[in-house]
Amino acid sequence: MALPDQAPQTHAPPRHASPWVGRLLIALALALTVLVVLLPFAAVFAQAFSRGWTVYAENLLHPDTLHAIRLTLIAAAIAVPVNTLFGVAAAWAITRFRFPGKRVLQTFIDIPFSISPVVAGVMYLMLYGGQGWAGQWLGQYDIQLMFSVAGVVMVTIFVTSPFVARELIPYMQAQGSEEEEAARVLGASGWQTFWHVTLPNIKWALIYGVILCNARAMGEFGAVAVVSGNIRGETNTLPLHIELLYQDYNATGAFAAASLLALLAVVTLVLKTVAEWRARRAFARGG
Amino acid sequence: MSVSLPLIRPRAKRVLPGFGLTLGTTLLFVALVMLLPLAALLAQASSLDGPAFWAIVTSERALATYRVTLSAALVASLFNCFFGLLLAWVLTRYDFFGRTVLDSVVDMPFALPTAVAGLSLATLFSHNGWIGQWLAPLGIEVAYTWWGIVVAMAFTSAPFVVRSVQPVLEDLEPELEEAAMSLGAGPVNTFLRVIFPLLLPALMAGFALSFARSLGEFGAIIFIAGNIPYETEISALLIMIRLEEYDYAAASAIAVVVLGAALALLLTINLLQARSLRYLQRG
Repeated sequence: MALPDQAPQTHAPPRHASPWVGRLLIALALALTVLVVLLPFAAVFAQAFSRGWTVYAENLLHPDTLHAIRLTLIAAAIAVPVNTLFGVAAAWAITRFRFPGKRVLQTFIDIPFSISPVVAGVMYLMLYGGQGWAGQWLGQYDIQLMFSVAGVVMVTIFVTSPFVARELIPYMQAQGSEEEEAARVLGASGWQTFWHVTLPNIKWALIYGVILCNARAMGEFGAVAVVSGNIRGETNTLPLHIELLYQDYNATGAFAAASLLALLAVVTLVLKTVAEWRARRAFARGG
Repeated sequence: MSVSLPLIRPRAKRVLPGFGLTLGTTLLFVALVMLLPLAALLAQASSLDGPAFWAIVTSERALATYRVTLSAALVASLFNCFFGLLLAWVLTRYDFFGRTVLDSVVDMPFALPTAVAGLSLATLFSHNGWIGQWLAPLGIEVAYTWWGIVVAMAFTSAPFVVRSVQPVLEDLEPELEEAAMSLGAGPVNTFLRVIFPLLLPALMAGFALSFARSLGEFGAIIFIAGNIPYETEISALLIMIRLEEYDYAAASAIAVVVLGAALALLLTINLLQARSLRYLQRG
């Protein structure tokens, strides 16, 4: 997390402990991490390429897979900007003003993180499905949101909504609002203050939240599984497509599709580490 | 200890603009995206009368899914406590080649989509998989059993304990340990009596986060669990099955139970985090 006070640091090892204890613990930690965390990652690529590059390329270029990739990109392209706007607005309201009910609001913002994705999907189905309030009303106008791309986008927005707000709130809280107040006193308009003072200050924390939001938006499975209807080549996102291929006993195809998301995970981790480091540096400079 | 003077603050005038715009946007978003669907679920579930609701959520099959989900989540989170404590300790106490890489790689389970994790774990632990082939001769079966659920849950929630314990360990003052050591406590005693009690709130918060995430996990599990009713069927899967049967009432009733458990846990986590935060601020 991008909390500014978590600069990486190590204490000197306890003087009395034998160096062997340290080495043993480090070895154990590394071994467990490789086994638990890295092996599943490596296996994806090993399986995806198990029948050669040509099969891999054929699997990826299959029309259904291409369509799934496109839908995943579309869902993320809508959900991430929406939640970025929401996150910035929520963080501004919560960290720059005092108002009653702030704690309750913060709890509500975090709710999507603690709700099982499947339950989230069911919530949307009960609202916008054929039997739901909104679903019946929209049905009169022949609008069906569930089992369509719109439904996929809506639940993706729900599931990923806290990411940006969650990163920005503690960061902006710690930064305080003196610089912004100074800008205002010196005559800057509200938007000028935001663009020229706030945004440069929170840039890396914001990017950090956006990266996490995007990773989840592209990888979401449970919530999307409920509302997509799993229509091949229509409402199937990449994670859903992986399951479909797996059920078809096309393991190589499933792993080929999975390799794209595994690559996304690597990119996410690298960008996240960079953003975290920059956010900390920016904070140290500013503070 | 720092003493803060009781400064008399002039009642803050709102120098900064945008209160109405940002709070309005936030409230509208929370109402439309979160609260309205939540209300719809509760309304759907309350269309059942009491006894009917009770019959659904306490049916043999539903009870079996709670048992499977809760027990697997418990074991997975206990494993994560051990794993998380070890990693947080190693990351904060020792300087070694690859420490920063290890620190980043710990978050891999959060970055890797759960469907990918499930697919990969199912293959790793199958009879001829990289790990499964070593377990099979020992008579240990993981894939398509209850243990598969544990493995999937442990993987997807692995970083929680590391990330809650790490900041507390970083802030721990070395003087405490040095004092304990100089008073004659051995390293084991120092850890158990001095460090561990201070870590406990953060460890419990991490455990609760990991447990909550495990209860809600779906994507990773359905690949590796056998999904056999009464044996390896988790609650989220039963909801999906009821939906596929168009039994929306039953699906939403079970969803409400899962939701209630999640919200109760959220409350617990908030209390635990407030406690561990209080420790950090006091230190």
